[in-house]
Amino acid sequence: MTKSIHNNLDRHKIAEIQPLMQIHQLSLFYNQKPAFKDVTLSIPQNSITAIVGASGCGKSSFLICLNRLSDLIPGCTVSGHIQLGTLNILSPKANTTALRRRIGTIFQKPNPFPMSIKKNITFPLKEHGVKDSQQRHNIVEQVLKDVGLWSEVKDRLQDNALTLSGGQKQRLCIARTLALQPEILLMDEPCSALDPISSGIVEDLILRLRQKYNYTIIIVTHNLAQAKRIADYTALFWVDKGCGRLIEFAPAEQFFNAPNNELTKAYVNGIKG
Amino acid sequence: MNLSGLKMIRQNQYGLDKVISLFFWLVPLIVTSLFIWILGDIIRGGIGQLNWAFLTTAPLDTGRQGGIAPILVSTLLILGVCLAVSLPIGIGTAILLAEFTPNHNWFGRLVRRSLDVLAGVPSIVFGLFGNAFFAKTLGLGFSILSGGLTLACMVLPILIRATETGLSAVPQEYRLSSASLGISRTSTLWHLLLPAATPGLLVGLVLGIGRAIAETAALIFTSGYVDRMPTSLLDSGRSLSIHIFDLSMNVTGGDANAYGSALVLILILLLINAIASYLSGKYSKTLKV
Amino acid sequence: MWKPKTLSLFPLRNWFKYRKDFLLVWLLRGLSAIAGIVILLILGFLLREALPVLEEVGITAFFRDDSWNPGEKSYNLVPMIWGTGLTMMGAVLLATPLGIVSALFCHYYAPMPIASLYRRLIELLAGIPSVVYGFWGLVVLVPLINRLHPPGTSLLAGIAVLTLMILPTITLVADASFAKVPPEYLMGAAAMGLSSWGTIWQIVIPSAKSGLFTGVILETGRAIGETMAVLMVCGNVVQTPDSIFDPVRTLTANIALEMAYALDNHRSALFVSGLLLLGVIIVLAIAAELVDREAS
Ligand SMILES: Nc1ncnc2c1ncn2[C@@H]1O[C@H](COP(=O)(O)OP(=O)(O)OP(=O)(O)O)[C@@H](O)[C@H]1O
Ligand SMILES: [Mg+2]
Repeated sequence: MTKSIHNNLDRHKIAEIQPLMQIHQLSLFYNQKPAFKDVTLSIPQNSITAIVGASGCGKSSFLICLNRLSDLIPGCTVSGHIQLGTLNILSPKANTTALRRRIGTIFQKPNPFPMSIKKNITFPLKEHGVKDSQQRHNIVEQVLKDVGLWSEVKDRLQDNALTLSGGQKQRLCIARTLALQPEILLMDEPCSALDPISSGIVEDLILRLRQKYNYTIIIVTHNLAQAKRIADYTALFWVDKGCGRLIEFAPAEQFFNAPNNELTKAYVNGIKG
Repeated sequence: MNLSGLKMIRQNQYGLDKVISLFFWLVPLIVTSLFIWILGDIIRGGIGQLNWAFLTTAPLDTGRQGGIAPILVSTLLILGVCLAVSLPIGIGTAILLAEFTPNHNWFGRLVRRSLDVLAGVPSIVFGLFGNAFFAKTLGLGFSILSGGLTLACMVLPILIRATETGLSAVPQEYRLSSASLGISRTSTLWHLLLPAATPGLLVGLVLGIGRAIAETAALIFTSGYVDRMPTSLLDSGRSLSIHIFDLSMNVTGGDANAYGSALVLILILLLINAIASYLSGKYSKTLKV
Repeated sequence: MWKPKTLSLFPLRNWFKYRKDFLLVWLLRGLSAIAGIVILLILGFLLREALPVLEEVGITAFFRDDSWNPGEKSYNLVPMIWGTGLTMMGAVLLATPLGIVSALFCHYYAPMPIASLYRRLIELLAGIPSVVYGFWGLVVLVPLINRLHPPGTSLLAGIAVLTLMILPTITLVADASFAKVPPEYLMGAAAMGLSSWGTIWQIVIPSAKSGLFTGVILETGRAIGETMAVLMVCGNVVQTPDSIFDPVRTLTANIALEMAYALDNHRSALFVSGLLLLGVIIVLAIAAELVDREAS
């Protein structure tokens, strides 16, 4: 067994790991100030996990730990343990480049690169060694169709991606991530910048990815109805004494109908009422 | 009564305000006229000298007659050496400081501090250093190479600061989303950050060239005074600015050609400036869309 | 729907592909080490060249000797220090108010197009080579002063040219620090019915204070270090001036004039004056740093 995720976890094996990701006592600090503390949970294989909670309780911060994007933020430190199969994600030896290809991230604010629409997708592919330009083109077409953008942009693939509308940009970002065939998708309020129709497309997409291709998806959302529609598991984060905590993590059914925690009950009902 | 008192004060205040405004227009007016005076004088004195022959012939009679061809060549060679050395070091340092150095890293802080000091070092001190280090210790003598290397040390802080500013103007989202796609930092830098930082880079380049071309004191004892056409980088070569200095201070009757050379120098600087603002305008347009 | 393929789409990458970030960082560290070490090299070489004479006559000789006459082993730098100090002070005292007024003009008095035109002009002024300022001073200003009071090449000419040269420095720094004054302050002042001068004097200048200090420090450094322009218009007589029309010689001009033929201890003494200049610059850099720290 070698250390790198890339060498020893091919997708068939990843599909068999159960639970997929084990997170133990995870805490994150911005300049020594904790954003969230002592989060312990296991993300099951081939599931959609929704993370809900008030603004500022550390949901986005939690997501960026999972593929070590936190490394890029000045003054940000992470402690705890995240295990993905045999790989210890937080180990300094983990190959973050390979890791991040297999754990894709969609941000709340769409942020395509200042390049052409097509190059936004082909640039990461090239970077990961897809040398055949015909193959790259096919992938571009496929992923743009997947996100429902193909018919809108097929005649202007060479235009600068910054000329797209906000919703189109977000779907391009999703397409760009899908092109890399990640096995795990982290989505940080992916629909908050979208109109209801594109939002519906994305929701459908999430469900299809999970059902047919065994994607595991972790999605942060402020929309409880959406969480209810798509999630298999739901986690509630809450601020306690200025620091985020995991309050409850449960199957969605139980989370919405018979929560263990009073706070969860209040949150779920409060929004309802 | 109370009310009218208030009115009085206000009127007084507004009167004072008017006088002060007048003063605030006067100062820029004076500065502008001085600028026009200097520029006008150089143009008036130099325009008569400026012709093709002046640019393409060698100086005669210690510069009183003839042109400035070898001097232009030396100036360009000195500039070339300066940029060839300072650009890689400067851009590399800026990238390290802006992209790969955490805020409180001791190495980054040390480099920043020393660059801050370097930026303030007087050019004559660079001249002394260049003379002692490049000319004497490294044995390069009075040569274009010594002069160019001395200037390279001098423009480093300018290049670094401008490049760093350009890089830090690139939104953090580009870095995050690029990393989230598993793109290496090297490729992110090459394909995303450097293109986006190009305006900053260009500004740095232009400021650096401007400073290098204008420099005199650092070159007197490094590249020397020789006004012949240089045949190699180890030859001494006289820069345009030294030529102006020499003609006006040491050569009686050299004023006419000094005017001509000063005009050429100013025109070169204006041209560089114009190119820079054109380029950075163009780049920022393609970036914003 | 697109079907995820097996791993074969993404080939295994070799060592170099994954380690190139690592290589790049070390390359960049090497380059920055060079950039960082230049100032140490300068200090080191200046010291090395200055040591012979310092060991022979000591530091005090540079302030106590009878005159500056290195051929006869007397090394009094005091007249040159006066020359540098007086030109610097005159120029800073003139340029600071002019520069601050110029910057205020750009921000609060001039309409947009005029302000940007004036900024552009100041930038051009900053780009004019010092030798051109010197040349203009020599052929235009010096004859004018000569008519007023011979000989013309004088402390006054030096101050005048130097003022013009450092004006852009303080103007641009002041301009940048006025740009950082939060607009809410101005709104608040307007709401209180302050006149525009009142706003500037009571709100803008105090809140831009540290930036202005930095500007003054920067222009002082420039004024002390300037060589060519003062060399060309100051007359370069080694004396402590009695009036503003007397010629003076600055430390920098002294180096530029004598380096060409200086040998042994003479050369070494010039390096001592270079060291003195560098020392002043380092002190100024520390002062700027302190002002900066105070502000934040
Ligand atoms: N780069 C940063 N530096 C310092 N503090 C930060 C940084 N990013 C976030 N924080 C702080 O960490 C805490 C958690 O932020 P986070 O963005 O994770 O919240 P969130 O749950 O995603 O909120 P929202 O629902 O509004 O997106 C907040 O108090 C925030 O102020
Ligand atoms: Mg968030």
